[in-house]
Amino acid sequence: MANAAEPVIQVKDLVVELKSIRILNGVTLDVHRGEILGFVGASGAGKSVLTRTIVGLLPKLEGKIEVFGTDLDAIDDEDQRREIERRWGILFQQGALFSSLTVGQNVEFPMVEYLDISPRLMTEMAITKLEMVGLKPEVYRKYPSELSGGMIKRVALARALALDPEILFLDEPTSGLDPISAHEFDQLILTLQRTSQMAIFMVTHDLDSLYATCDRIAVLLDGKIGLAGNIDTMLASEQPWLKAYFHGARARAGQHGKQ
Amino acid sequence: MTAGTLTLLSGESDRGHIRLAAAGSWTAENAGVLESLIEAATRPIPALKSISIDTAKIERLDSFGAWLLERALRTWKERECDAELVGLNENYRGLFDKVHVGTQKLPPPPKRPNSIVATLDSVGHTMAAVFADLILLAQTVGSVIAAFGRVVLHPSRFRFTSTVHHLERVGWHALPIILLITVLIGAILAQQGIFHFRKFGADIYVVDMVGVLVLRELGVLIVCIMVAGRSGSSYTAEIGAMKMREETDALRTMGFDPVEVLILPRILAIVIAVPILTLFGSLAALYGGGLVAWLYGGISPEVFLSRLRETINVQTLEVGMMKAPFMALVIGVVACMEGLQVQGSAESLGERTTNSVVKSIFLVIVLDGLFAMFFASIGL
Repeated sequence: MANAAEPVIQVKDLVVELKSIRILNGVTLDVHRGEILGFVGASGAGKSVLTRTIVGLLPKLEGKIEVFGTDLDAIDDEDQRREIERRWGILFQQGALFSSLTVGQNVEFPMVEYLDISPRLMTEMAITKLEMVGLKPEVYRKYPSELSGGMIKRVALARALALDPEILFLDEPTSGLDPISAHEFDQLILTLQRTSQMAIFMVTHDLDSLYATCDRIAVLLDGKIGLAGNIDTMLASEQPWLKAYFHGARARAGQHGKQ
Repeated sequence: MTAGTLTLLSGESDRGHIRLAAAGSWTAENAGVLESLIEAATRPIPALKSISIDTAKIERLDSFGAWLLERALRTWKERECDAELVGLNENYRGLFDKVHVGTQKLPPPPKRPNSIVATLDSVGHTMAAVFADLILLAQTVGSVIAAFGRVVLHPSRFRFTSTVHHLERVGWHALPIILLITVLIGAILAQQGIFHFRKFGADIYVVDMVGVLVLRELGVLIVCIMVAGRSGSSYTAEIGAMKMREETDALRTMGFDPVEVLILPRILAIVIAVPILTLFGSLAALYGGGLVAWLYGGISPEVFLSRLRETINVQTLEVGMMKAPFMALVIGVVACMEGLQVQGSAESLGERTTNSVVKSIFLVIVLDGLFAMFFASIGL
């Protein structure tokens, strides 16, 4: 077992501009192995931008991103990049399932690309992953258009988990789910994290999720990490936005739910 | 492979009892090798009573490794042989339990009928789909006419801005490409005509050919094919995307008729734009023909024009122009109808857009044939 405190993602002084508007202005953040990091911030503050920049969907202006100790800019070899991409899984906000493939094919897609295993094992693993995220094997042959929103999120999680990633990015995993499903989803993430020692980077607005799952919370304020720490640090903060966020009407409900 | 295969799984047997020891990295990278090891280990052995796998030396375990161990246990248990894991690291207990509760019960795949039945089945389905399509076409035309009627009765409900917007996209923005293509078509027609007519000294008849062909048939056909490819496809894709994102449902729940709000302005725009494009396209084709006749065939513009004046009259142009709005209506209705048929997936959107272009070009040509018969019978 690797050292628990070892950082798997290190972001340093990251600056990102979109259409010459500065979204991230010097973000410095570490994500450690085996922790669930909750990432919060106002709508439009750039939470998704940070995620997308780390995984390489958006270009950065300045700064350094290291994943598993490798500087992503220093990689000029396609294979090395794929090797890193193999070790992370991403759950997009809308699921982003391939609509022309069945659920089974969606989950098997990364396995076909990266692993050399028999079709039988691939099917079994796809079903195992689907059952792990709480779905019945019947969905294997369905198409994404035949699924409900909650099921789409679960299938997308199964696909993100297909290769047993070491880092899991979750972009608002519980948005659009009913409270029961959201709670189940939180529990699911906790169990998965405990069983596999994944690092989980979770962008969320769901206070219940923050209370229930996150080991550490980072707050994006004005393009920088305003504060990072556990939930007690957040509650103790006098920063006005944080105060409103964690002590507002919904926050009290969340706290109540925890007790 | 980080470890030799022997270290991943090794074993010893002792009178009906087998002890296996797993070690190393039981993860996705090694899954291919691990699977063959597990398959070899689970070959039926007579008089086997119990089996145990020592997992204490496993350095890394992920769901692939866990499932392969679980698969082996299940195989042995089916043969009524005691199977157990020993020495499982507590860290991996949760993962193993997760895999253990999986049922793996996949419903059998739908049976494929034999090929003859399947062929007949697909022919039957296609025929049914063609009929359903015809009915749907009639239905769409009907609902467009009904929406048009409502708008005529309540002019305030007419979406003027939207119509003008679509007119700009379908008409004004299409003009450059239409002009370019029709100039080229006219030029090619003239060149071919001169090349072949010259052999029997009938060069000058190329003016007759270009004039009549362009004004009666080709001008409107080329324009319609271009519009079907350019604007029909975009109508289908737009309406299809709106359907996918539930925008049409939103309109309906707010008490608007999608046909009236989305489709009517588009169809009106196309019906207005196509005759205008046809006129400009025909003129451009004549221009292209005249240019080639002059530069390649040595027919001077004066001669070309005077010959043109003798062979064609306003009626020739009318025959072509009369067809334009009907063909435009067909293109618009087919495009919108296909757009409304789009289901949830990106594939369906692509399929419908292709259908829209293919069907509207086909119907435009069929319609042209019907018009040819009609004009012949009334002597035009």
